[in-house]
Amino acid sequence: MLDVNLIRQQGDFRLDVAFRSPDVGVTALFGRSGAGKTSVVNMVAGLVRPDRGHIVVNSRTLFDAAKGLHVPPEKRRVGYIFQDGRLFPHLSVKSNLTYGMHLTPLSERHVALNDVVDLLGIGHLLHRRPAKLSGGEKQRVAIGRALLMSPALLLMDEPLASLDRSRKAEVMPFLSRLCGELSTPILYVSHSLEEVLNLADTMVLLDEGRVAASGPIEDLMNRPDLQRLTGADDLGTVIATTVEAHEEGLTRLGFPGGMLRVPKVAVPVGNRLRVRIGARSVAIALQKPPGTSLQNIFPGKVTAITGGPGELLDVQMDIGCPLLARITARAIQALALMPGKPVCAMVKSVAVSRGHLNASLDLQIDA
Amino acid sequence: MAGWALSPVEVEALRLSLWVSFWAVAGSLPIGVLVAWLLARLEFPGKSLLDGLIHLPLVLPPVVIGYLLLVGFGRRGVLGAWLHDLAGITLAFNWKGAAVAAAVMAFPLMVRAVRLSIEGVDRGVEAAARTLGAGPVRVFFTVTLPLVTPGILTGLILAFARSLGEFGATITFVSNIKGETQTLPLALYTLTQMPGGEVGAMRLCLISVVIAMAALVASEGLTRRFTAYISG
Repeated sequence: MLDVNLIRQQGDFRLDVAFRSPDVGVTALFGRSGAGKTSVVNMVAGLVRPDRGHIVVNSRTLFDAAKGLHVPPEKRRVGYIFQDGRLFPHLSVKSNLTYGMHLTPLSERHVALNDVVDLLGIGHLLHRRPAKLSGGEKQRVAIGRALLMSPALLLMDEPLASLDRSRKAEVMPFLSRLCGELSTPILYVSHSLEEVLNLADTMVLLDEGRVAASGPIEDLMNRPDLQRLTGADDLGTVIATTVEAHEEGLTRLGFPGGMLRVPKVAVPVGNRLRVRIGARSVAIALQKPPGTSLQNIFPGKVTAITGGPGELLDVQMDIGCPLLARITARAIQALALMPGKPVCAMVKSVAVSRGHLNASLDLQIDA
Repeated sequence: MAGWALSPVEVEALRLSLWVSFWAVAGSLPIGVLVAWLLARLEFPGKSLLDGLIHLPLVLPPVVIGYLLLVGFGRRGVLGAWLHDLAGITLAFNWKGAAVAAAVMAFPLMVRAVRLSIEGVDRGVEAAARTLGAGPVRVFFTVTLPLVTPGILTGLILAFARSLGEFGATITFVSNIKGETQTLPLALYTLTQMPGGEVGAMRLCLISVVIAMAALVASEGLTRRFTAYISG
């Protein structure tokens, strides 16, 4: 368990952040640039000292202002993957990888060099120097270097932000695997919704130095009042599903509202999969249309209608779980929609986000 | 070809110069790196005063530095007497004094080169080493120091060349004693004051040029090798 409570005045900027995150899994520290994300991880790593508060990792107190306790970074056993890699330019890749490992007491080393090298696919780079690596390779080595110190907590500060799109696609599968397989808790800083949906379970939403909300990703993502902070241009609903079956080029995903059919996804049956349904991809009908190409139609009822941008309004529905649709005011008038009214939600496309190694895919399933 | 052979006095001057410069540089290197690190990384009261003091030899006439050394470290000087009583070390009128004079004159060049280099080290990389379990001292020796190698090399070469050329402070502090404090520039000066010394003076002049060039080429070569090493 990570228990963080920090207050620090940095010039005009006041950081006042408190949150807890679970023992295992990935907690995303999400927010715009300038929200204070990096400051928080720097304090957890011990590189910056808060004015007040405390930091506890797995019941070990790393910082407690009241007791005057400040464990220096080298004694925290907190791995840190920086946005810019920060490899040692004068050391080979292998020496970079083992730098922290050699400083870890033997009894606490539980990560093997070969495993990490295999996991990250960097075996052919071991004798090179960082200057000869691509951006993606550098970041993979940086990840390996932090892993090999067998950390009690892993901090990742926008590890993909300095990479271009194709490099991102190169590193993402490794990160995804890592987050799935590692028992070490991870605090993942990002301002990319795609990354967060791919990797994280819990989300801490930062806004101007404060925690605006925190909790399971689905809960936060589906709150329209947080939309400004979670992703302004693209409202949608995040739903946790379970892979139930693969059949004839389709995958069936079970969720509280029934069954979603999506084009085949390479995830084994029984696995959890997070999907996101954009509010603009949802149409509303009063009854189930008799002849339609759409496969994903769910009965439910309207729970609320709130103002969207311009002529558009956001309709919140309950189809066994919440679902949002963004449609025109004209359409709402035509259908006489109001809270409590029974409707059919027709989902035109679904984005699969979690568990899939090739990042999120927008899966058009009009067929 | 007889004109090219060095006389015993000239050989002695050359040997003494290399010896004095070696010790001047070797002795001031650790202190130079420490001071450079202090100036590059820490804010402390009196920092600009320290900075100014270190740079004095660059702006004061060398004779003034030599005179100050004589007053301070001469047999009757406060520090000189103290050093003699405590450690049995005498600096006045021997090669050790010449080395101290050369070291003081070369010190600012060494500190400037190393300081610039330390200021160029990415502190983020040092922070990364901290998170990986290295304490500040280990970070200094395993990350900072290797990365400032080019700066240290430049500092060493500059200081060595400056030490070889030291004249004013040396002659004022430890005088011009054959075989003891008569370094290359002092021997050259002596030869120019003697009738028939022109040929010897020319030989020493050429040796000076050769040593200086060799030092610069060596420094350039080492720095290039380091850069090649870093870039894989």
